[in-house]
Amino acid sequence: MHEMALAEGILQLIEDAARNQGFTSVRTVCLEIGQMSSVEPDALRFCFDAVTRDSIAAGATLEIVDTPGQGWCMQCSATVAMQALYDPCPHCGSYQVQATGGTEMRVKELEVD
Amino acid sequence: MCTTCGCGKGETMIDGEAHEHEHGHEHVHADGTRHVHPHTHDGEHAHEHAFRPVQGHQHLHYGHGPAHTHAPGMAQGRMVQIEQDSLAKNNAYAAANRRRFAERGIFALNLVSSPGSGKTTLLVKTIAALKGRLPLAVIEGDQQTSQDAERIRATGAQAIQINTGKGCHLDAHMVGHALEKLDLPDAGVLMIENVGNLVCPAAFDLGEAHKVAILSVTEGEDKPIKYPDMFAAADLMLLNKCDLLPYLSFDVDQAIAYARRVNPKLEVIRTSATSGEGMEEWLAWITRGAAAAQEAGKR
Repeated sequence: MHEMALAEGILQLIEDAARNQGFTSVRTVCLEIGQMSSVEPDALRFCFDAVTRDSIAAGATLEIVDTPGQGWCMQCSATVAMQALYDPCPHCGSYQVQATGGTEMRVKELEVD
Repeated sequence: MCTTCGCGKGETMIDGEAHEHEHGHEHVHADGTRHVHPHTHDGEHAHEHAFRPVQGHQHLHYGHGPAHTHAPGMAQGRMVQIEQDSLAKNNAYAAANRRRFAERGIFALNLVSSPGSGKTTLLVKTIAALKGRLPLAVIEGDQQTSQDAERIRATGAQAIQINTGKGCHLDAHMVGHALEKLDLPDAGVLMIENVGNLVCPAAFDLGEAHKVAILSVTEGEDKPIKYPDMFAAADLMLLNKCDLLPYLSFDVDQAIAYARRVNPKLEVIRTSATSGEGMEEWLAWITRGAAAAQEAGKR
């Protein structure tokens, strides 16, 4: 979806940080993307390259860390692993599982000069 | 939006007026100077992708390196912690919209669905039914034309049309500007009809109290698991066009079961704008929400 808008959002965060923290170039951008977030990492990489061209983050390496999906199974009253939002509980097979982790898409940190 | 770079300059229109500010391409250069300039659209790809997958025998693995342990390179680079959602800008605009709604006791709903689910027709019927009971205004999102806003205005309700141009969703910034043009009375209901799209609008908070997903029975019952993000983001699903069920092989129970696989807390109301089925229940749901928003606004 809309990875272009996400890439622009990431560049805005980087530009804000550059103003506040006084750095002038970015080597690496470290993102955390949940396995159940609505982001397609390959599409985001493509968009990030396009959006950051001629910017402070031009040429920066995009490092994407997958965070695993997690949910709360209401039947087991336990946190369980999930790969997709529609997955059943791996223990009891119930679909009463509410996603609790792995849906985020965060800019975690930057390596800068 | 230019498909090479995502540039959408001049595409967004609010009630036919171009909405151009903050849509330039601003850059901060190494010496701290900032400027805005156009960029080329000739499809060139000036630099190599710096990141390549680790290639195993049977798979490509992009997530190399242990999680959360990125170490700076050998040279003098330093690490800056950001720890912010990629949509932090949108979320800040959404929070501002939400504060405005809360202060004024406004109950805002973000209606999301595929194109053709019957959102606008359902909205027209809803407005007619709420007339005289609750003040109501509408923000209409479509790529082009103001036809939907005109349909809403024909009911006597206020409506602002946002044309997203090539954009695939409304964002909180667009909605903030549309709010400036609406004269919505305090303690009213604001219906935001998003661009017909089951994918992108899921991620963009507009400041609404609830996302309401509309699934029509002329679509497949497996849409909630094909497009899970939207049904996970919604609090209420309206299963619409239920008057057509006798002519279709749509399995209502299966559709609801699929939707609740994705979101066990999802409320569901079966509706039909044509027969009026479920309208009382839907109106009661709105009325309860509006009363709670009014109560919160008084505090």
